[in-house]
Amino acid sequence: MTRVSAHETTGTRAAVLELQGLGTRYSSSGPAAVADLTLTVPAGQVCVLIGPSGCGKTTALRMINRLIEPTEGRVLIDGHDVRETEPARLRREIGYVIQQVGLLPHLTIAANVATVPRLLGWDRDRTAMRVRELLHLVGLDPDEYSGRYPAQLSGGQQQRVGLARALAGDPPLMLMDEPFSAVDPITRLRLQNDFLRLHRAVPKTVVMVSHDIDEAVRMADRIAVMREGRLVQYAAPAELLARPADDFVSNLLGADRALKGLALTRLEEIDTAPVPAVRAGEAADGVRRRLADGDVVALDHRVLVVDAADRPLAWLPVRALDGQLAVPSPRGGGAEPLLDTLMTLRDALSAILGAGSSHGVVIDGDGRAAGLVSAEDIARHARGEATAADAGRG
Amino acid sequence: MDIRWSWIESHHDDIWENTVQHLQLVGASLVLSVLVAIPLAVLVYRSRTASGITAAVSGALYTVPSLAMFAFLLTIFDIGFWPAVTALVLYSLLILIRNAVVGLRSVPAPVRDAARGMGLTRTQTLLRVELPLALPSIMTGIRITAVSTVGIATIAVFIGAGGLGELIYNDGIQRGLFLTPILVGAVVATVMAILIDVALLVAERLLTPWQRARSRG
Repeated sequence: MTRVSAHETTGTRAAVLELQGLGTRYSSSGPAAVADLTLTVPAGQVCVLIGPSGCGKTTALRMINRLIEPTEGRVLIDGHDVRETEPARLRREIGYVIQQVGLLPHLTIAANVATVPRLLGWDRDRTAMRVRELLHLVGLDPDEYSGRYPAQLSGGQQQRVGLARALAGDPPLMLMDEPFSAVDPITRLRLQNDFLRLHRAVPKTVVMVSHDIDEAVRMADRIAVMREGRLVQYAAPAELLARPADDFVSNLLGADRALKGLALTRLEEIDTAPVPAVRAGEAADGVRRRLADGDVVALDHRVLVVDAADRPLAWLPVRALDGQLAVPSPRGGGAEPLLDTLMTLRDALSAILGAGSSHGVVIDGDGRAAGLVSAEDIARHARGEATAADAGRG
Repeated sequence: MDIRWSWIESHHDDIWENTVQHLQLVGASLVLSVLVAIPLAVLVYRSRTASGITAAVSGALYTVPSLAMFAFLLTIFDIGFWPAVTALVLYSLLILIRNAVVGLRSVPAPVRDAARGMGLTRTQTLLRVELPLALPSIMTGIRITAVSTVGIATIAVFIGAGGLGELIYNDGIQRGLFLTPILVGAVVATVMAILIDVALLVAERLLTPWQRARSRG
């Protein structure tokens, strides 16, 4: 989901979603599954519904597109009551992503993504163009994947297709039920960051169900905490962490709130140190001169070899350049951890420590080396001090 | 065993005619039974009660001894091609309906949920999702039915519908167990069953390309 082309036809339609006193019960005598749920999601924002299993978050989500009919209250999308629209038509205007993806196994990837455009009666050319654009947008090469069947894709790839499919009709509102839960943690983090990048390019209003508070803090503009069918607190992540409404919310947030606070800041928001980058194949003399002039400041006597597109390949000891004419071309993978600029400081710290390293290389959406950050920088940020890079510049 | 090749040579017109009749019996009953069974399965698969009743009735029909079934139909209809086809259809229903219901129910819950959540109507879900995904199971039912119908259809000779039963019964058993026509009838029926099975298997492969993709992927 890294590349967002300039010529895309994706609109930026986003809707205001209002839930007003929404409620439903499974049986007429039983307790309410959801009661008196009132909240507003501003256009283009991500709202995460969170709470323990059975708290009614999925039920609340499914009432929005009428998969479950509310018995009380209303759902308004841009001021229009969803009950004014016949359910099947309503759902074509709302993106829907579920944990198990639910791709149609007998259709190719292209045909899966084309499902809603076909229901909407788009012509063949427009649909085909849209499918290519969306596969590209979610980071899958259309030429390679269009003709495949879902069973031939990994779980992470399937969920990317699920996202593309949900976006196909350019819906102003997306409903996502634990969309990233069925994949391994590393794939999940990548999907989440890629989704955030996608969301910036195509800012839909999103309601996402999650049981993972870290995911909620990482993804949400606003978090709605639910318990036993009721809304306990509805606030921005920072507000939630700073002022949990009650013990239930504090417990949900866990004991490590200071650490979670690191998830409120993304790498792109802090200053990073410059990367001691040298290009594979460039003249070693030039590198030595730049090192001597201080244009390149080696990190622990090492420089970072990058490819022609500035993507990190591996760290190289400066000594290894002795007697060389040109910078060697190492195989990729020797520069871990690579940290997406959209990563939260918490995830970045975890990745740096997890890799047994002291530093991580920050990369932008195209994979180019954009900066250098250390575990120490992040810890200082947590303590509220300026980072080393700030200090150096000051 | 003595095979009288001269009999085969002098009767090859009869053998061909009986083979064609047999194929017509099998073909007509297969088409009709599919036309009855699949809509019935579509009507009942959502309800446990309705599919239970359907299974019980078609199961009861299946257990009626075939000689008795043909004799019974003889008293209602008279002799001929269509009464024989009727009997064969009744025998086919159980397996066809059961396989279709199993297939329609086997659609994974997330697939159903996603289809609904994207705005497919009930009919669209049935036509674009459930029936295509039930196709392998339905085709298995058709193949089993086709093979067993080739065998049962030999009894159609008793209500004058012709077919390979004529070779086996009229030319063979009734003439003091004259072995040659019995063998010819049996061999032709077996080969016919195998060829129909292979043809249906090829058709299934062509109709369900995603299944091969799965085994490759």
